[in-house]
Amino acid sequence: MSEMVINIISGIAYLILAPVMGGLLAGIDRKISARMQRRVGPPVLQPFYDVFKLLEKQTVAVNETQSFYIFGFLLFVILSGLFFFAGGDMLLVIFTLTLASVCFIVAAFSSNSPYSQIGAERELVQTMSYEPMLLLVAMGFYLHCGTFSIEGILQSSRMNFIYMPGIFIGLSYILLIKFRKSPFDLSASHEAHQELIQGILTEYSGRTLAMIEVAHWYENVFLLGFVYLFFAWSAPWSPVLGLLMCALAYFGDIVVDNCCSRVKWEHMLASTWLVTLVAGFANIVFLMYVK
Amino acid sequence: MSYIKKSPWLVHYDGSSCNGCDIEVLACLTPLYDVERFGIVNTGNPKHADIFLVTGGVNNQNLPVVRQIYEQIPDPKVVIAVGACACTGGVFHDCYNMIGGMDKAIPVDVYVPGCAARPEAIIDGVVKGLAVLEEKQKALAVPVRDSRALRESELEPGVAINQSQEAGK
Repeated sequence: MSEMVINIISGIAYLILAPVMGGLLAGIDRKISARMQRRVGPPVLQPFYDVFKLLEKQTVAVNETQSFYIFGFLLFVILSGLFFFAGGDMLLVIFTLTLASVCFIVAAFSSNSPYSQIGAERELVQTMSYEPMLLLVAMGFYLHCGTFSIEGILQSSRMNFIYMPGIFIGLSYILLIKFRKSPFDLSASHEAHQELIQGILTEYSGRTLAMIEVAHWYENVFLLGFVYLFFAWSAPWSPVLGLLMCALAYFGDIVVDNCCSRVKWEHMLASTWLVTLVAGFANIVFLMYVK
Repeated sequence: MSYIKKSPWLVHYDGSSCNGCDIEVLACLTPLYDVERFGIVNTGNPKHADIFLVTGGVNNQNLPVVRQIYEQIPDPKVVIAVGACACTGGVFHDCYNMIGGMDKAIPVDVYVPGCAARPEAIIDGVVKGLAVLEEKQKALAVPVRDSRALRESELEPGVAINQSQEAGK
C-alpha cells in the first residue's frame, strides 16, 4: 500500500516539478552552449521568460484542428511521463510517447505551408529512426529484469548498465534525436532559417508555441529518466549515481550539439539503425543466450 | 510584469540594402556583441517574431514582401529601420525604382541611422524598440478584456489608452 502512495506522490511531483526542471535544463543548455562559443549567453531563466512572453502574444492559427492536435501532443507527453514516474509499464510509456509524436506530426501536416510539411516529413523520418531502439530498450529491460514494470526494474539486485551497455549506447545515440540536437536536428533546427524557416514549428505562434515548448520540457525530463534506469538498482546510494549519469548524458549531448553540423536524413536513418543493430541487437542476443 | 522586454525575438529582412547593414546586424550575434545575453533571438520566422528588423529602402519589387512579413508577425510588434536606406532611401533615394524609406510601406517605430549602422547603434535601437513594444502591449491588453472599449476606441482613437491609464490609477 505504501508503495502505491510513493508512486502517486512521485507522479504528482513529476507533474509539478518536470516543467521547472525542464526549463532550467534548457536554460543551462543555452548558457553552456554560449560559453562554448565564448559568448556570455542568456540568463539561465531565459526559457521561462520566452514561454511567459509567448503566452502574452497574439495566437495566430492557420486552422482549427492545429491547436487541438498540439494540445494532444502536450497531454500525451505528460501522460507518458506520469506512467513512467508512477512506476508503470515501460511498453505503455513508449507507446504513449509515440502517440504524442504522432499528434505533433499530424498537427504540422494539417497546414499547407511547405516548411511545415517538410518539417513534418523529417519528423516522421526521425521517428522511424529512433523507434526501433526505444523498443529494444524495453525488450532489454524485460530480458534482464523479467518485468516491464519500472517499479520492478528499480528493484533489480545489480546495476542494469553492466548487463546492457550496448543498449545504453543505442539509447544515448537516439537521445540526440529526441533532444533535437545537432547532428540530428532535422525537423526543427534553430539554425536552419534559410533552408526551412523553423520546419515543423513554422506555423505556430503565441500560446500554441508555448504549449510545444512546455511539452518538450516534460519530454526531456522523462527521457533522462530512461538514463536513470540504467544506473539505479536496490543499493541506497544508487540514485546519486543515476542523477550524476543523467547530468553527464545531458552535458555530452550539449558537447556533441556544438561540435556537429546537421546531417542528411539518409545518413541519420542509416547510422541510427546501424547503431541499433550492432549495439542494441547484439546486447539483446547476449541477454537471451549468454547470460 | 511584462515578459516581452525580456525575450524579444526578431526577424531580419534585407529590403534593397547593399548588405553593409546586414553584416552589421549579423555582427550583433557574434561573441563580441552577443545580443543573446538580452534574450534576443534571430528567428527566421515572422510568426515567432516580436521585432521586425529591416534594412534597405522599399521599391516596387519588395513592397508586397515587406507588407506580408509585417502582417504575419503576431501583435504586439515593433518595426526597426536600420541604416540610412531604411530610414530615408539613403543614396538610392533618387533612383527611378525607389519608393523611399521603409516608412513608405509599413509603420516604423525606431529609426537607426548610419551607413552602415554600427552594431552598438543597432543594439541601442532594439533596446529603444523594447520600450515601444511594452507600450503597445499595454494598449493591446485593454480591448481583449473589454470588447466595449474596443468599439469605442474604433470610434475615437485614444479612448482605450486613456481608459487603461485610468484603470492603472
